[in-house]
Amino acid sequence: MTGFLAWLSRKRFQQRYLTYYLMLLPTITFFIIFNYIPMSGIYYAFTRFSYTGGLFGSPFVGLDNFKYLFKSGILLRITRNTVLYNIAFIFFSHLLQIIFAIMISRITGRLFKRLTQSMLLFPYFVSFVILRVLVYNLFNYEIGLVNATLAELGASPYDFYNKASFWPFIIVFFYLWKNVGYGTVIYLAAITGIDTELYESASIDGAGAVKQIFYITVPLLKPTFVTLFLFSLGSILKGQFELFYQLIGSNGNLFTLTDIIDTYVFRSLTFDFDIGRSAAAGVYQSIFGFLLIMSVNGIIKRKAPEYALF
Amino acid sequence: MIKKEKEAVIFQRLAVITLGLAATVSILPFLIIITGSLSNNELVSRYGYSIWPREFTLQAYRVILKMPDSLLRAYRVTIVNTLAGSTAGLIFMSMAGFVLSRKDFKHRNIISFLIYFTTIFGGGLVPWYIMITNTLNLKDSLLAICLPMIMSPFMIFLMRTFIANNVPDSLVDSCRIDGAGEFTIYLRLVLPLIPSGLATIGLFLGLMYWNDWYLSSMFITTPAKFELQFYLYNMLSGFEAFKQMNSASVSESVSIPSETVKLAMAVIVTGPIVLLYPFVQKFFISGITIGAVKG
Repeated sequence: MTGFLAWLSRKRFQQRYLTYYLMLLPTITFFIIFNYIPMSGIYYAFTRFSYTGGLFGSPFVGLDNFKYLFKSGILLRITRNTVLYNIAFIFFSHLLQIIFAIMISRITGRLFKRLTQSMLLFPYFVSFVILRVLVYNLFNYEIGLVNATLAELGASPYDFYNKASFWPFIIVFFYLWKNVGYGTVIYLAAITGIDTELYESASIDGAGAVKQIFYITVPLLKPTFVTLFLFSLGSILKGQFELFYQLIGSNGNLFTLTDIIDTYVFRSLTFDFDIGRSAAAGVYQSIFGFLLIMSVNGIIKRKAPEYALF
Repeated sequence: MIKKEKEAVIFQRLAVITLGLAATVSILPFLIIITGSLSNNELVSRYGYSIWPREFTLQAYRVILKMPDSLLRAYRVTIVNTLAGSTAGLIFMSMAGFVLSRKDFKHRNIISFLIYFTTIFGGGLVPWYIMITNTLNLKDSLLAICLPMIMSPFMIFLMRTFIANNVPDSLVDSCRIDGAGEFTIYLRLVLPLIPSGLATIGLFLGLMYWNDWYLSSMFITTPAKFELQFYLYNMLSGFEAFKQMNSASVSESVSIPSETVKLAMAVIVTGPIVLLYPFVQKFFISGITIGAVKG
């Protein structure tokens, strides 16, 4: 009897696992096809790719592609730009998100609270192609709003699309425009989760709004910040390609200050058809991002293990 | 005490002004596009854009409505793609989220990790591209603009969290005692319990599909299969190229998309999102909030 029950439960158990795996089948297939098999394509980075040869028929050239990227200075340029932009993105977006979230949480007036939150989040829904239309409309030399306004004020127009110097500001601005609302929502939720008794007792002890913010709210937002910070490191791996590509496109005049790893990889694949070099830059980006996340996560694990990703 | 109250009042005013400004900056660009699309094209090419149009006209919209075929086709491709991709993605990811939330499934941690790992390491763009064009042979196929976006680790984990938060284990166990299989539990018990989770993730997916131009630009060569955003993108870059070639001889009479038509097109492309936004934003806010909790 017990043997029969054990057999039955075992069979049921096996059936359950079979169903589980059948339900996971689309997901597993998806990640194998689009992520795990392509990982073997890292090999392309070491070949001079030919379509007829395919993965293993193309001539193996060792580190030639990487050497080219390094010697031509491209690697340095795209790494510098990627890192600097990401530092600016992370710093300014978190700063603004925390400030806005604290302000929204403290103002009175429900309607105003909800309205500002909705309006701040709105740009997140607008596609990058629309952003391209907008930026072109603003900075175009002949008819752009900025230059038309300059002309009306009697100033001489500025040729934005031929001079790189302003683009870092424009790009950072529109990154913030698009992403600040998203993070504000997250920080606002974290602030709402803070025990109100903390503020009440601080208020009884004589702490004003500013002191409450700096001694209660900001320290309690640290876990949220660390989690979001670790997430955003992943964007070095898969950066703001759409933002850069839609604003800059293939305008070579602006590359010194605006070319990032993502845009370089994309251009070498789709314009220059230099598959080997493109793959090499892609592999470099993957390894760079991976090591960055692992080391930052390692540091956090040592200092404050409860915040670590894994 | 008085000092404290004064501080609070100053803070209130400062906050209202700052937030008011930030909120205005958030939507101002879109208003600029709308007013630009309503401007007179000749005046624009002579004096440039102004925030408030020198003369209101619907001429740009009239030009578009005169030959709506390709625009409507792009709309249709995008709508079909958005609906098909979101539906399939929702089915696949809710099944995955259900299985990964089951504590009696011993492999859930390793599978979750393998899904997560794809966000921190990958083969890069080239092998992915070759996979789709050569191995799967999907060049210029509508599947190429649908399949690669059908799932994402973020959304799978979001689904897992929604299910874990809304479906009590005791309920699953009691269904099991009644003899229900895992798939029946998923279909009859879990899905009805997570309508807001399905709506949220469905909307995230829908937004991604609606705003996608990238997959079209990578894989689609037939203009009739262009997605809406790529159709707009293509129109813009086509016009810029045309202008560079003919900068000396562009005349008003040539039937090329004029400046204001571009903006009118942008308004038409974003229209559905603007109209839906007030109704769907609460789902996005809940999704963003829940998604920020690390799994």
